[in-house]
Amino acid sequence: MSRYDTMFARLDQERCGAFVPFVTLGDPNLEQSLALLRMLVASGADALEVGIPFSDPVADGPVIQAASQRALAQGVRPKDCWNLLAQIRKENADIPMGLLVYANLVVRDGIDLFYQRAADAGADSVLVADVPSAEAAPFAKSARAHGICPVLIGTPNANKDRLRQIAQLCDGYVYVVTRAGVTGVDQEVHLPPEHLLAVLKEVGAPPAMLGFGISSPKQVRAALKCGAAGAISGSAVVRHIEENLDAPGVMLHEIGDFVRKMKAATSLES
Amino acid sequence: MKVNTRFGEFGGSFVPEILYPALEQLEEGFLAAREDAAFQKELDELLHTYAGRPTPLYRCRNLCAETKARIYLKREDLLHGGAHKTNQVLGQGLLTKRLGKKRIIAETGAGQHGVATALAGALFGLETRIYMGERDVERQALNVFRMELMGAEVVPVAHGSRTLKDAVNETLREWTSSYDTTHYMLGSVVGPHPFPLMVREFQRVIGREAKEQILEAEGRLPDAVIACVGGGSNAIGIFSDFVEHEKTALVGVEAAGRGLHTQEHGATIHTGEVGILHGSRSFLLQDADGQIAETHSIAAGLDYPGVGPEHAHLQTTGRATYVGATDTEALAAFQELALKEGIIPALESAHAIAHAIKRAQEATEPEVLVICLSGRGDKDMSEVRRILRGEEEI
Ligand SMILES: Cc1ncc(COP(=O)(O)O)c(C=O)c1O
Repeated sequence: MSRYDTMFARLDQERCGAFVPFVTLGDPNLEQSLALLRMLVASGADALEVGIPFSDPVADGPVIQAASQRALAQGVRPKDCWNLLAQIRKENADIPMGLLVYANLVVRDGIDLFYQRAADAGADSVLVADVPSAEAAPFAKSARAHGICPVLIGTPNANKDRLRQIAQLCDGYVYVVTRAGVTGVDQEVHLPPEHLLAVLKEVGAPPAMLGFGISSPKQVRAALKCGAAGAISGSAVVRHIEENLDAPGVMLHEIGDFVRKMKAATSLES
Repeated sequence: MKVNTRFGEFGGSFVPEILYPALEQLEEGFLAAREDAAFQKELDELLHTYAGRPTPLYRCRNLCAETKARIYLKREDLLHGGAHKTNQVLGQGLLTKRLGKKRIIAETGAGQHGVATALAGALFGLETRIYMGERDVERQALNVFRMELMGAEVVPVAHGSRTLKDAVNETLREWTSSYDTTHYMLGSVVGPHPFPLMVREFQRVIGREAKEQILEAEGRLPDAVIACVGGGSNAIGIFSDFVEHEKTALVGVEAAGRGLHTQEHGATIHTGEVGILHGSRSFLLQDADGQIAETHSIAAGLDYPGVGPEHAHLQTTGRATYVGATDTEALAAFQELALKEGIIPALESAHAIAHAIKRAQEATEPEVLVICLSGRGDKDMSEVRRILRGEEEI
């Protein structure tokens, strides 16, 4: 059983969906990043999704690009990120922690060594943003060999065969995007085309969590209502970092508030 | 995908899942177009009547006349648009129409590919947007004006190093939301499959003509074919029809910038290591962690941290060799060609000339060299003038 399985079982009992915030490790600096991660956990995040800063994040919109640049400008390196993760793992035995990274960071020292490091740091899953299912087999194989869940993206423009392939290569949860484009903060509620979640279920994919553009409790409720097991929010979290660079206290406070508000929207009872 | 996406261990389609179907659609469209006589006929006609193909193969009368080498220039500088880029934007433009898309987007560094894309946009009636690093927009104001004259919208990119690699990032980002209506007209043999294959096929006309022309002029194949390598499209274009002739050496010339011992160059094959960027597995200039490096070259078109996957393969198999020419060597060759032949080459192409001059001077036996003169130097006038007047250092 992965920590994701345990989390989904618990949430089932609680009649809740998952809320998963994303931040880039080392943003805006290592010390504040650790404080932010602790705040996310303390404010009720069901799982964490974190990025390792990369120079050329092609799947990210301006907010998360800027997060990578801030961390890189601070000299944050992958080994610092592993240390941060290991620290959070030490403090929290149960929370699922997923990585969202770019392929060049994974292959740099060899795929196996990357997944070994992820496992050593206590990560549960790795999603490689620029590796589509057609290229994902060697990544998934190494992930599984190291006890890491490979996470893939389920897209509205994938046909059934592709979704089956995604399901086969994916453990823990499947990251469903409801719209085309890169990460960002959307005003509107985007729902996946009706067939998408049903087909993913039919072809045996793990539970779906929705991401890209989710920034309000209303969007969280809509995502869960259409059958997703959780909602992931990235740019909307990171925006609070960007807007409060001079006020670390306010930054922490705002992010705590935001996570609590979003988590409160995950109840399926109302 | 329908065909092999790899060149040996290099290549592939490393893009976000959402873009994969767009690449499949493009591959299918390209493969079908390649088999379609009507498509080929229309393309050939445009290459002839619009772009001015075939381009001449000119034997230098004066350059290196004192050496044992006979140097031929494949005159892509005479192509409409001023560089080899026009060959493949005509191909991709026709393909865009065939795919039913209404809009094209592209990245550009110095602006050569931006200008080529803009002319294709005008010619085929396609709405055109060009992403260009903010720094390049400032440095290449005239090319921005050219693009705008032909109806293209130029969008400055303010992230990262604000140069070519960031322009590629931004174009890819846009494409992940606009692929339904929009074709990404990538500018070289880089990026995810099918781009390296497709762009090569549209550029191989350079080598096909050159081979015929050199056989006619010399009655034999050349000893070496030499081309500059940024992403590698003019090089792969002239190499491809010679690959099967093992006795002809294929030499790619990379930007050695301020020297290969410095960090300031664009010699990806020389000093790069294998990695994944912009859709394919190839050599990359990167740091120990895998962060992509910033590059430098006097020639903006060679100022890129990646290189086409087929070049990585040709290097690994030993079929082609890759050497460097520094900024200083390229500038000297630029002046030499102007003085000796009355031809002002693009600074990119001057890298190939620089290597050819060196090789000619070292030749102890008669040899025949074919050089791809990939573009003309008009675009470089103000930069070279600043350098020669001592207003700017190289
Ligand atoms: C004249 C010329 N030659 C060469 C290049 C480098 O591109 P490639 O290596 O794809 O031929 C450029 C790029 O802008 C160019 O303008």
